[in-house]
Amino acid sequence: MTDSNNTATAPVVDDTEGLSIGKIVWGRFIRHKAAMVSAVVLAITVVIVFTSIGVAGIPGWWKWGPNDRADIVNPKGAPTMGFQDGSFQIGDHPFGQDEIGRDIFARVMQGAQVSVLVMVIMGVVATALGVAIGAYAGYYRGWLDNALMRMTEVVIAIPTLVVTAVVGRMLSDKSIVFGPISITTKDPWVFGLVLGLLLWPGLARLVRAEYLSLREREFVDAAKVAGAEDRSIMFRHILPNAMGVIIVNATLLMAAATILEAALSFLGFGIQAPNVSLGKLISEYSTSFQVRPWLFWWPGLFIITFALTINLIGDGLRDAFDPRQKRIPKAREFAKRAATKKESEVGS
Amino acid sequence: MSPRRNSGEKPAASDVTPADEAVVETEPTTASDAPTDYPDELPVEGIGHKVKPGDLVLDVDDLHVDFYVEGEWVPAAIELTYQVKAGEVLAIVGESGSGKTQSSMAMLGLLPRNGRHYGSAKLNGTELVGMSQRALSKVRGPQVGVIFQEPMTAMNPVYTVGFQIVETLRQHTDLNPTDAKARAIELLTMVEIPEPERRFDSYPHQLSGGQRQRAMIAQALACDPALLFADEPTTALDVTVQAEILELIRDLKHRIHAGIVLITHDMGVVADMADRILVMKDGRQVEEGLTAEIFANPKHEYTKALLSAVPHLGASLKDKVDNRIPETADKVLEAKGLVIEYPKNGSTPAFRAVHGIDLEIRKGEMVALVGESGSGKTTVGRCAVGLLPVHEGSLTVNGKDMHGISHRDLADLRKSFSIVFQDPGSSLNPRWPIGQSVGEPLVLAGWKKDKVTARVNELLDQVEIPRMYRNRYPHELSGGQRQRIGIARALALEPKLLIADEPTSALDVSVQARVLEIFTDLQAEHGFGCLFVSHDLAVVEQLSDRIAVMRNGEIVEQGTTRQIISNPQHEYTQKLIAAVPVPDPAEQARRREAAGV
Repeated sequence: MTDSNNTATAPVVDDTEGLSIGKIVWGRFIRHKAAMVSAVVLAITVVIVFTSIGVAGIPGWWKWGPNDRADIVNPKGAPTMGFQDGSFQIGDHPFGQDEIGRDIFARVMQGAQVSVLVMVIMGVVATALGVAIGAYAGYYRGWLDNALMRMTEVVIAIPTLVVTAVVGRMLSDKSIVFGPISITTKDPWVFGLVLGLLLWPGLARLVRAEYLSLREREFVDAAKVAGAEDRSIMFRHILPNAMGVIIVNATLLMAAATILEAALSFLGFGIQAPNVSLGKLISEYSTSFQVRPWLFWWPGLFIITFALTINLIGDGLRDAFDPRQKRIPKAREFAKRAATKKESEVGS
Repeated sequence: MSPRRNSGEKPAASDVTPADEAVVETEPTTASDAPTDYPDELPVEGIGHKVKPGDLVLDVDDLHVDFYVEGEWVPAAIELTYQVKAGEVLAIVGESGSGKTQSSMAMLGLLPRNGRHYGSAKLNGTELVGMSQRALSKVRGPQVGVIFQEPMTAMNPVYTVGFQIVETLRQHTDLNPTDAKARAIELLTMVEIPEPERRFDSYPHQLSGGQRQRAMIAQALACDPALLFADEPTTALDVTVQAEILELIRDLKHRIHAGIVLITHDMGVVADMADRILVMKDGRQVEEGLTAEIFANPKHEYTKALLSAVPHLGASLKDKVDNRIPETADKVLEAKGLVIEYPKNGSTPAFRAVHGIDLEIRKGEMVALVGESGSGKTTVGRCAVGLLPVHEGSLTVNGKDMHGISHRDLADLRKSFSIVFQDPGSSLNPRWPIGQSVGEPLVLAGWKKDKVTARVNELLDQVEIPRMYRNRYPHELSGGQRQRIGIARALALEPKLLIADEPTSALDVSVQARVLEIFTDLQAEHGFGCLFVSHDLAVVEQLSDRIAVMRNGEIVEQGTTRQIISNPQHEYTQKLIAAVPVPDPAEQARRREAAGV
């Protein structure tokens, strides 16, 4: 880190292209193994989920629809996927069938589509609201901070479960018409929106706290002297420094939303029939846990996949945004190195 | 002295016996993975209170420290060999990164996780290398005390100073709370903190920088250690406070019988403090010897370079051209009766930091504003760039009055001035590659992307930073490089007025010399008017045309550099000049005598 070391290794003149923060962060992110594996797993899962049974009227490649009934193949509709006659078979109903012969694979795909939709909408809405409100409150302080934070407290005080339950029931069979667009309130995205509008305060609080401390740092003054506008300081200068907190919380929130959606649907408040979501699938089949456990396995597996991959991706993003993040060697690798170094020195 | 030594001795003996037998038994399991034959526990006799002056306290032999960085072991200290005797001060001198701090921390088991050390370091005959953390925790405190560089971060801000000293005492002795408190107050008295009974209940932030450092020294001395590591104990302090702390350490040297290892980068600091000096460069010791010898006859090139990097007060006066800037030149900054207040904030009343000062800077002129922390000098600089409002009086910058200036006018005016901040570590956005930071003023001024790229490259060339560094983050550069980036950013738009707010105070002396050189060259080339805020007279003497000395929000003396340095009128200016360390033991001792301390 000394001057002489650095300058000695540097070529005299070259024209390195200036990279934006985005490019540098991306470069660091794709070197994060766990996050990259998670991103690939999530991407494959999402592609399968959306192409298998089709989406928005476009047909998919899977032979059954979520509500098609077929003859029950295995006893009790057990999964056909597995080892038979010494070889791996997928069969007609790889995830099994329910008691009336519907294909569980198709139903899980349908449920996962809804869950992903709810998760993404909720995540985007809550993060955008939380960051914007937290940033303005923390940067401007004073009356704006007071007003925004009191509002936040009101929202925090509202029990999410009760509101989603009431709103879900109230709107479940009404339609709102905006000109040519007609929205049915039982669409899953409305549910995601409601969740998003309820879950931003935690993030807003944390972002505000970050901004309160970051706004006092000297680089903010430096930006002011350079002539930066308030909005530029808030979102170009300070935001990258608050990214760690935001990403960790946004991903936790999205993972929590998957689970919250499952819980609400399990209670019968979330996604309403004929829509299915992963949580609703579990709830629907809750009575047959003893007899047909595969009815739980698959929705459960997908919930875990989404929650886990999103958290790991968030972790990778956080590390990528933090320029100081370094890989610390594992103790074993470390001891091995130490031993070899000592030996070589003793030898010489 | 004697009652204190007794009180430290008695508990130490009783402390070791019952608890440590248990430790010895459990130790093999915890330490089994460490390949070591070293004893895990110090013998009872090893407790450091019994050393006599002249005893060998620390014996370091062939000590190596390495760090594991990106798959490689990078050496930080190589074949370090030295001894410290009780009652002696050994100064380890070298730049940041020369391994002087890490080699000392390694002995205490305070290396970061990616560090390792081997070799031998014996404290009173007991091997410290390879000792378990548990046994080391009984060494740190009663046997070895550490004074850190920055007391604000080394002390816990949520506990009182007294609590932290009492905690150290009770950790290592069986003093009851009342006795421990009495001893803590005794220690605070010893380090000459005024009103020690009251300061006992103060939090670190309620003390001044110098008092905090004294409190930390008290904590380090709490258990009468045999060895004291002082890691840049005065780097974060003002010159006058630095002189007081050094005086205290020099005084303590005679009152406690500890060996002192003083780690520093400043040859001026060690001039009459150290008995012996060890010079380190890139992890190796390049020269060792008695202080007088090293100063009189440095052998190694690097030692010579270190010595010459210390600014000598008065040395550059002979090259000074008085009235280099004609009186008739345009004024880029003019303050008349300038008053600056920090507005009332909640229950904190409004604070008047600057009480009506007059100051002017002509085009191309370097004016230095000198004073201690809290004198209001930085406030003036921040006001001049519009970060603080003018309360009363007038401040004209580049022909525009800053009093009640409109948002739009200020935004316009900002293209014609800029500022270099004190700490480049915090004034550069840590999440922005440096190229983007340098280009920011250009982007905000509406430059096109390719022109910005070209200009950024040009600026990096001017401050002698390789262009390929533009995609690096600030923390990947050294302190000196970071500050050069700060200067490059400030010069991006060719300002007419540059405020430099202690741009070199966070840097090593040798690095400081380099940055100042670049700064002076750039000033000559670009011809901007400059307000150079600093606490260090020796630094400003090198580059300023005029000096204004500030104290408690008022300018007490103002004149050409030659006048101020060679013939200071005000008592405070004289005190400041006397406090500047001189890299010459004899001269330093003479001046200390003269100052009557």
